[in-house]
Amino acid sequence: MTTATLALQVNGEARTFPAGTTVLDAVGTLLGRELRPDGRAADGGSLGVAVALDEVVVPRSRWAGTALTDGQQLEIVTAVQGG
Amino acid sequence: MSADTLATTDALVIDGVALDSRLIMGTGGLTDLAMLERALVASGTSLTTVAVRRYAPTPGSGDSLYGLLRRNGIRILPNTAGCYTARDALLTAELGREALETDWVKLEVIADEDTLLPDGIELVDATEQLVARGFKVFAYTTDDPALAHRLEDVGATAVMPLGAPIGTGLGILNPHNIELIASRASVPVVLDAGIGTASEAALAMELGCDAVLLASAVTRAQDPVAMAAAMKHAVVAGRLAAGAGRIPRRRHAVASSPMAGRIAAVEAASIPRGDWPGVGDR
Repeated sequence: MTTATLALQVNGEARTFPAGTTVLDAVGTLLGRELRPDGRAADGGSLGVAVALDEVVVPRSRWAGTALTDGQQLEIVTAVQGG
Repeated sequence: MSADTLATTDALVIDGVALDSRLIMGTGGLTDLAMLERALVASGTSLTTVAVRRYAPTPGSGDSLYGLLRRNGIRILPNTAGCYTARDALLTAELGREALETDWVKLEVIADEDTLLPDGIELVDATEQLVARGFKVFAYTTDDPALAHRLEDVGATAVMPLGAPIGTGLGILNPHNIELIASRASVPVVLDAGIGTASEAALAMELGCDAVLLASAVTRAQDPVAMAAAMKHAVVAGRLAAGAGRIPRRRHAVASSPMAGRIAAVEAASIPRGDWPGVGDR
């Protein structure tokens, strides 16, 4: 059985996505960037982000093939100032 | 080696990568990206540290730290700052590798937030596991020569002993230990943390360290750009001095001008002079 929407925690905040959303879709939405199926930016630039789903890293090559499911925790991280 | 050729022939080689500068400047402590960029450029660094944190959309111009570093050709060393256990450090390191496309990691596993001192047990455990997963581990450690040696044994690519706790600017609290670590290591030794001003960065190099990593000393200085330039010169000066061979310490003065041929004759032979050997030599 599939639900119409998925409820997830994204970087600690509740978000909903349409059923069938993949990690690639979610990352593209959150970054406001168009992504290629290989998980890289359509404009060829670097994204500089990484994704963990329920504390397991999902390599960018697997974003397109990884569907989100209800109740998961999605973390999207990037580089910030630090020593 | 002459000063003229130092810049081109004295690169620090880590994991087969030649770094032109032996100053590694971290990005922590400045929120103003434009100022950070000027300081990084003034420092001449070719490697910098970043932390890995939750993505948040950039307000305003949209410039990002990642974009800034890419634009300036500065290599990125992601850290595991804020991790208290090997388990946390592993996940953070994996995320940093994926986001920044490098297998280099500055491993920080701290014991508590008052001291920010490394937890030696977790540090060795995390180093071992990260090495097994193909990471090149730059291990931030205490100034304990035995622990530094252990980290090298389990496969650390570089060991990074602290001069003093992070952000204190207390300089190098135990120069003897730093010298001992540097003299025994067969991997690069990077003095990391505690530096407050340029003379301390020079001292680290004089003690035999291969490089210096600092952030707060520059980013929290009143004039970060000027301090960045000072650190750049200090590291070069310290490196040159370490190779040049310092004079022995003596208790009494030794004239550098000839005694013979003076126009004012004195009963020199009757005046006892210094240069007693063996006092305080090192």
